[in-house]
Amino acid sequence: MSAPLVEVRDVNFAYDNRAILKGINMSFHKGKLIAIMGGSGCGKTTLFRLIGGALKPTRGEIRIDGQVMHELDQQGLYDMRRKMGVLFQFGALFTDMSVFDNVAFQMREHTDLPEEVIHDLVMMKLHAVGLRGTHDLMPAELSGGMARRVALARTVALDPMLILYDEPFAGLDPISLTVVGQLIRKLNDALGATSVIVTHDVQESLKIVDYIYFVADGVIVAEGTPDEIQASDKSFVRQFVHGEMDGPVPFHYPGGDYRTDLGVTA
Amino acid sequence: MPIVKSLRVIGNRTVNAVWRTGYATRFFVMTLFYSGPSFKRFRLIVKEMFSSGVMSLIIILVAGMFVGMVLGLQGYETLKRYGSESALGSLVALSLVRELGPVLAALLFASRAGSAMTAEIGLMKATEQIAAMEMMAVNPIARVVAPRFWAGVISMPLLAAMFSAMGVFGGYVVGVVIIGVDEGSFWSQMQASVDFQHDVLNGVIKSFVFGLAVTAIALFEGYDAPPTAEGVSGATTRTVVQSSLAILMLDFILTAFMFQGA
Repeated sequence: MSAPLVEVRDVNFAYDNRAILKGINMSFHKGKLIAIMGGSGCGKTTLFRLIGGALKPTRGEIRIDGQVMHELDQQGLYDMRRKMGVLFQFGALFTDMSVFDNVAFQMREHTDLPEEVIHDLVMMKLHAVGLRGTHDLMPAELSGGMARRVALARTVALDPMLILYDEPFAGLDPISLTVVGQLIRKLNDALGATSVIVTHDVQESLKIVDYIYFVADGVIVAEGTPDEIQASDKSFVRQFVHGEMDGPVPFHYPGGDYRTDLGVTA
Repeated sequence: MPIVKSLRVIGNRTVNAVWRTGYATRFFVMTLFYSGPSFKRFRLIVKEMFSSGVMSLIIILVAGMFVGMVLGLQGYETLKRYGSESALGSLVALSLVRELGPVLAALLFASRAGSAMTAEIGLMKATEQIAAMEMMAVNPIARVVAPRFWAGVISMPLLAAMFSAMGVFGGYVVGVVIIGVDEGSFWSQMQASVDFQHDVLNGVIKSFVFGLAVTAIALFEGYDAPPTAEGVSGATTRTVVQSSLAILMLDFILTAFMFQGA
């Protein structure tokens, strides 16, 4: 197998003295769709921000396309980000621009393409997500699912080699959720890109991804293909995949003695 | 120990204030440093001038008109006691061009455009639009902050000029049309007493400085706002309060330098 596009090597990260990630190792190969899963507060969004270069690890390194992210200066980081696409949780569309201008944004900022070419490219991107007809609408006029699809078109505007998705399924209805999931898979295959999805939506992810990492308490507790994950007998994976109330992730937040809290002395 | 606690609070606040001042200074320097692309794509500045300048026109013109009318009334009442009603034109024009035009226009600009800038950038931050821009390898200071900064700096003197012009017209309506001061002496006294360099130019310099201060405060507060509803609302309030105080303080300093011995 060829060298991975993204390598996460022994990454540690702490806010002040609070350890968030403890010795994470991952590798993402070209053309693959990878999910990083885990419960709220497990450190997956921190990992997402580290891969995007928005944070620097306290120890270890993240190497993308052979370059160590935290060693890049601002220009180097910007050059790297031009090869990346990021979809934020709620799309983060620019609210003062139309759908067309949102998708055209990076083309206008980073290329000298004539406006006629940009027009055609934007229409093609919007057509790919099924929203060509919305090009003159403002983001406020779109539904949540439509806004996410427009953001997806904007994310792939410059055909990135690496696409990062932060909770792409959050707050979507079942139809929009399936549409967005299928689009993520199709766009990744069409572009030959590598995609990383940070999510806690198990069922949709199992349908579309090639490989899954489970993160809990800052460490990787399980990994494997969707088939391996579904067949896993690890208690954490079972609890997460089947949404069980109690297990390694306890139902009760740690507290004092229940009888004492109720004032029962006998 | 209450004393230790108090000292700790004071120390913490002092460190925060110094840190914030340093951050604000760095932000301002970065804005100037990344201003080049804004001038290369001047349409970005023009778009923001529409939002902050043109959209503030109504309030500036209406307020200018009323301030001029009040000046006309009050000035006439005072000047009449000394038999100097003919000097009404000078009084109205000098008051507006030197002081009231730049100061009141800047206060209105801070309330109307400054607060809008803070809220807009604060909400862009809260909805991850600023972070998205960063991840698209587009510097938000160059793309979002710098065009707004220069739009504010350019708009402010123009708005102050319009405020003063409207005020003079208001003074004319009350003094000449309604009260009956001689029209010839109203305009000729004004023409004779208002010096372009000493009065008009100094007023323009003042409004330029006020524009700089208001826009810098508004943009910094928006950019530094915590990404929550309370954070943005607090930042908007701070913009109006700090801008207003900055305007009045700078006005005193500038006036002391400009009109000393005049």
